[in-house]
Amino acid sequence: MSLPLLIGGLIVVALLYLWSLYNGFVTLKAQIEEAWSQIDVQLKRRIDLIPNLVESVKGYAKHEKSVFENVTKARSALMKADTPETMAKASDTLTGALKSLFAVAEAYPQLRANENFLQLQRELSDTEDKVAYARQFYNSTVMDYNVKVRVFPNALIANAFGFKEQPFFKATDEEKKGVKVEF
Amino acid sequence: MTIRSQVTSNIIRSYLFMGIFTVLVIALAYVFGQVLGYGDSFIGIAVLLAICSSFISYYFGDQIVLAMSGARPATRKKDFDFFTVCENLSIAAGVPMPKLYVIDDSAINAFATGRDPHHAVICATSGLLSRLDRREIEGVVAHELSHVQNYDIRMMAIVAVLVGTVAYASDFFMRSLWWGGRDRDNDRDNNGIFLIIGIVLAIVSPLIAMLIQLAISRKREYLADASGALLTRYPEGLARALEKIGKDKEVLEAATNATAHLFIANPFKGKEFGTWFAGLFDTHPPIVERIKILRAM
Repeated sequence: MSLPLLIGGLIVVALLYLWSLYNGFVTLKAQIEEAWSQIDVQLKRRIDLIPNLVESVKGYAKHEKSVFENVTKARSALMKADTPETMAKASDTLTGALKSLFAVAEAYPQLRANENFLQLQRELSDTEDKVAYARQFYNSTVMDYNVKVRVFPNALIANAFGFKEQPFFKATDEEKKGVKVEF
Repeated sequence: MTIRSQVTSNIIRSYLFMGIFTVLVIALAYVFGQVLGYGDSFIGIAVLLAICSSFISYYFGDQIVLAMSGARPATRKKDFDFFTVCENLSIAAGVPMPKLYVIDDSAINAFATGRDPHHAVICATSGLLSRLDRREIEGVVAHELSHVQNYDIRMMAIVAVLVGTVAYASDFFMRSLWWGGRDRDNDRDNNGIFLIIGIVLAIVSPLIAMLIQLAISRKREYLADASGALLTRYPEGLARALEKIGKDKEVLEAATNATAHLFIANPFKGKEFGTWFAGLFDTHPPIVERIKILRAM
């Protein structure tokens, strides 16, 4: 085989590799964006469920004002958040506030027996699961992307095209703190 | 072993078996062709027949099984846990949500079918839904969803075609020998040894094919266990569910021999084989082994 032909063949192979690599980056990036919007959908769902929940607990425990305030504040903060970091923090703060709310509800047996409250509690618990799974899927998609960006020889090309590592949706210190229960 | 290395090891092993299977089919084609002098067209007919017989089960398998089992569609109201667990795991896997059905039977079992994630069906018995708690249901659904995600149904359909090919080819070969082939007189002197090999293969290979099929089925079951654990990040859920299933002595009435391999645990109880040899004929790995592997993750 003549030398020019060999070199030409190698260049073609290299170009094909670059092409598939670039498209791979683009695809994974798009998947990350979709996974992100999934988290958004679940968080919105959670935001929507909360007013009803607060109302049903208020019906029995009007005087526990601080708990309700915390929940409402955390909810507003979550509605305003837009980056992974702020969203993660706001989401975890809300989880903490909700835990306090449910802890309060434990003290009122009539509330605990209320069908409406029970259904809302199940829905909210299910939504928390959905948020957790959406975060898990987002993180594992981000991991695949980050690995692809970091390995050799992709790393050299990723830099050239501007594909950078993406941040994980991490648990913040709020979530790692325990929940104080006071009656 | 970690979950991920379990996944990788099971994928590699199942493809290894597929490779052995393909080699077997090629060997059969070669030997039979040598003896009878028909060349390739022989195996071609066998493949075609096998594909035709598998076609219906592949494309309509889900509807057939559901009709046979008398399943009803699941609803969010009636089957909240089952429905929401499937919703959640579909989010975790990044796949569209499968169609859900419930079989009215007190035995604990579940199955998944569907050629790809866009045509998936997951079915559980009412016994399973009432006797397992939410985390255990999650483990079972994650296992079933993994079967769909890993294209196990597609793989087992391909394996079924290979088994059919081997069976048909061996059958044709034996019949041709019996009734006499066209060019045999010319080739007989050269092909004495091939004749012997051919006959041995024709007798033995359908059995070997079946054993390989069962081995692949078992590896994919382990793979579904591991992939499911990767989804839930909680292997204990499935481990506990399998314990309960193992203790349940009831036989699932809706299952038949044709559909048995789709279920999460062998629906024909009392067939838990103790010996290694008899265990080769099982579509599912032993429950005790599965629990052990899950708890070691």
